Amino acid sequence: MNRLDGKLGFLSALPLALVLLLSFLAPLVVVALFSIMPPKVFSLANMPDFSAYSLFFSQGYYKSLLWSLGMALCATVILVVLCWPLAYAMAKVFGRFSLILTVAVVMSLFVSENIRLFGWVLTLMKGGLIEGHLRSWTGVGFEGPLYSVPIIIFGLVYVYLPFMLFPLAQGISMVPDDTRQAAYDLGASRWQVLWQIEVPLAAPGIVVGSLLSFVLAAGALAESKILGGQAVIAIADDVETAFTFGQNWPLGSALSMILIVIIGGLALFGVSKVDLDAIMGRKR
Amino acid sequence: MDSPGLLRLRGVVKRFGNFTALKGIDLDIAEGEFFTIVGPSGSGKSTMIRLLVGMDEVTEGEIWLRDKRIDQTPANLRPTCMVFQSLALFPHMTVGQNIEFPMKIRKEAPAKRRARAEELLDLLRLPRRYYDKRISQCSGGERQRVALARALAFDPEILFFDEPLSALDYRLRKTLEKELKDLHTRTGKTFVYITHSLEEAMVMSDRIAIMKDGQFEQIAVADQIYSAPVSRFVAEFMGEVNLFPLRAGADGRIESPTLSVRPGVALSDLAPGHDGLLMVRPEYLRLADSGGSFDFTLSGVVHGEYALGSRIQYEIKTENGMVTVEKLREERLSAAEGQKVTLGFNAANTHFIGEAA
Repeated sequence: MNRLDGKLGFLSALPLALVLLLSFLAPLVVVALFSIMPPKVFSLANMPDFSAYSLFFSQGYYKSLLWSLGMALCATVILVVLCWPLAYAMAKVFGRFSLILTVAVVMSLFVSENIRLFGWVLTLMKGGLIEGHLRSWTGVGFEGPLYSVPIIIFGLVYVYLPFMLFPLAQGISMVPDDTRQAAYDLGASRWQVLWQIEVPLAAPGIVVGSLLSFVLAAGALAESKILGGQAVIAIADDVETAFTFGQNWPLGSALSMILIVIIGGLALFGVSKVDLDAIMGRKR
Repeated sequence: MDSPGLLRLRGVVKRFGNFTALKGIDLDIAEGEFFTIVGPSGSGKSTMIRLLVGMDEVTEGEIWLRDKRIDQTPANLRPTCMVFQSLALFPHMTVGQNIEFPMKIRKEAPAKRRARAEELLDLLRLPRRYYDKRISQCSGGERQRVALARALAFDPEILFFDEPLSALDYRLRKTLEKELKDLHTRTGKTFVYITHSLEEAMVMSDRIAIMKDGQFEQIAVADQIYSAPVSRFVAEFMGEVNLFPLRAGADGRIESPTLSVRPGVALSDLAPGHDGLLMVRPEYLRLADSGGSFDFTLSGVVHGEYALGSRIQYEIKTENGMVTVEKLREERLSAAEGQKVTLGFNAANTHFIGEAA
């Protein structure tokens, strides 16, 4: 009976599974194939060459990639530090208030990312909400913080906070209270409890949150465009430009492939290191 | 107590809002003692151990360890530690890392830690190869031993236990009770143990404290608590018991609504004009039909017979409720269910409790 159920389940899941597989794989395959086409062609019926990949180095696209990865890394580190206390409170202290907080944070996702970023531009720009008010009250103005690398990182932190917060809270909730108390009772200081008990036991949450934030931030372009005013170019920006203004699909594909391989590899490495079953609430 | 206690509590009160969990506790625990606090859930024993370990603060009163007052000292600075009910082993560490944790916190050299951890594995009768085992690969009993080893690695002045055996099956519990008592003898440490199980307390403890509603009812050696409880609560908490109301007339003659009393029988604790309860444990009741003379007798009908393994328990229905009788297997009563019997017992096997019925 169970075997029959299993078979029926497999068969009924098959059509959708195939559609999903195709719709995920097909674009990837197309991009992979275009990345080994000669420059500026729009058909796959050409002799393969790797000229697009050589452009990555010769035209300085690697700088965009390094900026993207570097800023994503900064944002991820800041997010872990920033979200830890809040996630801790949500998991252990707030009780029912965590639900309100969760709803509030999720609500912010209802508004388009671009609109929220433009909100920050209006707030932070010269003559904007902050500087404008200060100047009219004190008569002294200052340059806004906009159009710089730190403000891009700020934007990444701001936009991807929920993706760190919730996995982290989930991870922290997996740390049994009594292990914390036992470590403290055995002479550990608060810091020692944090580093030797809480961080290792919450690691699955930290890894999942970091992966989500890093992957999203590394592929982000709105922050560098809107808040950064293209002070630096993000790799996603280069990809978009290559496909649109540049009309160079092979270049865009090659840049995408490089990003996909790096981030995919990182994600696989991260996932292999953590017990995903544990964070999904299944028995470890 | 002859010597001043290692651990001394003076007027310890703990309140949670309007609820008073501990109502002025005074207690002295001697060095090297195995002291057990027994009580039903809600009696305040868990609150008590949390205060002693430092996981909660006292509302009033003082806790002294040797000549140091420790009630304001945080848990990580107290020279005591606790074995948790859940054991609270660190799942991300190996057995060895768990045991070495307190030594690592004290920044002891790795070689020294390793040597001590192996010593403790030997002491707890765990194979040394367990050093590299993961906690998840250990059985319940092995985990228990790892938790003990870890606590001993801390080298505490006092080792507290919060019902560490309650989650285990009967046979393992029995084995570990004896091992724990043995460990106490071998280490010479002071053990303070909390449990709701009287049996556990009786097997292991030097002294037992019975707790009820945030106060101690009685603190004494196990035998005394069993044979001479100070109250009905203690008597009933410590296993099966029969309690009969008694009264001494102005002339000292004992009267009972349920028992026939042999003329001339006197109880030293029962003053003329007072009343109370006469306690007799089920194993001291005899069948009086076959002759013999007894200080107290009563009659009833055999209502039920229950095998308890080495003993057999009988419920005898009397006019004033059930009476419990226990016999060894070989002393099995010849009376069948429904048969009328007369039971007797002597004053020497009773204990008088000066508490109204």
